Amino acid sequence: MSHERWTVTFIVSRRKGEQPPHFQSFQLEVDPDEYVLDGVERIWAFHDRSLVFRHACHHSTCGACGMLVNGVEKLTCITPIRSVTSNGGKVKVEPLRNFPVISDLSVDMSTFYTRMEETCAPQVVPVRGSALPYEKGLFEQADPAYERLADCIECGCCISACPVAVTTPEYQGPAVLAAAQQAFSLTGHAGLLEKMDGADGVWRCHSGFECTAVCPSNVDPAWRIMDLRRKVIGRRIKRLFGLAK
Amino acid sequence: MENQPSPKKFLYWFDPRHRQPGTWAFILNRITALGLTFYLVLHLVVLSNLTKGAEGYDTFLEFARQPVVKFGELLVIAAGLIHGLNGLRVVLTTFGIGVTIQRQVFWMLMALAAIGTAAFAYVMFFVA
Repeated sequence: MSHERWTVTFIVSRRKGEQPPHFQSFQLEVDPDEYVLDGVERIWAFHDRSLVFRHACHHSTCGACGMLVNGVEKLTCITPIRSVTSNGGKVKVEPLRNFPVISDLSVDMSTFYTRMEETCAPQVVPVRGSALPYEKGLFEQADPAYERLADCIECGCCISACPVAVTTPEYQGPAVLAAAQQAFSLTGHAGLLEKMDGADGVWRCHSGFECTAVCPSNVDPAWRIMDLRRKVIGRRIKRLFGLAK
Repeated sequence: MENQPSPKKFLYWFDPRHRQPGTWAFILNRITALGLTFYLVLHLVVLSNLTKGAEGYDTFLEFARQPVVKFGELLVIAAGLIHGLNGLRVVLTTFGIGVTIQRQVFWMLMALAAIGTAAFAYVMFFVA
């Protein structure tokens, strides 16, 4: 933390019940090295107790505080105010896109969580082999008995950023496809490929790579979707020659 | 609810704000696809002039020599190059080729499209 003080205007999306959404401005004096979530919490604490938003861990583990900050999906607990505005500037905070708004900045992610569960992706994975293939050497020497939490924190940023998800409610979405890829890599369960091999699965992606750009947790959903496609194509070819069921 | 996905929101596909080169490629592919489809219809309409005999077609060819029509044809060439090369990028990434360098691949292919368009422009306006 620095001793620098900035005056920043937070422009917050407000929506209650069936009322039309609108923006409300709050002028805050902040330390620029504070995070956007700190600002939102300060608005709630000192300006308006009716502001609704989700947060929990404050260190990018729970994935609850994903929001749109100046038009870009951010995990607000690890987004320094300095990185999104300047002294005297504005910070526009909106709920994630492509999820129904419950109130203000809080969205309903229940459909997304259900889809994630359906992939049966493990929450804990062996450390060895948990890195992406292009991260050469990472965790290669790890003890095979060691495990770690899976990278995806289910923040929903990737689904909010996806230009395809905006028009297709049935689309599984980047996080779900990435979870299926990881689950298949660990279990080899062919049913996962069957489930994702469809118009609302791997083939709906149009290679925008926005998911990877906004992912705060190094999941690289776009890479995993492409890998899943290769696996789906491989399975189709095997089936063509009667080598797979 | 307005924050939920809906097919009616297709105009968002064309919004490049706060987006990455991957989405710009996505937008370019849609615009060029619409342009090429429009051109295909126009092309068939023009070809129908053949049914009016040689005179009807010659009249059209005379019209087609105007610079503004040539510029339109250049746009078709540019659209074809952008769409085709972008499509190549999508095919490559689908097979797991160049996924981690897809941005660089995009810029490289768009540079190729620009060079190709410039070459065609030179031939159309200064040689032919």
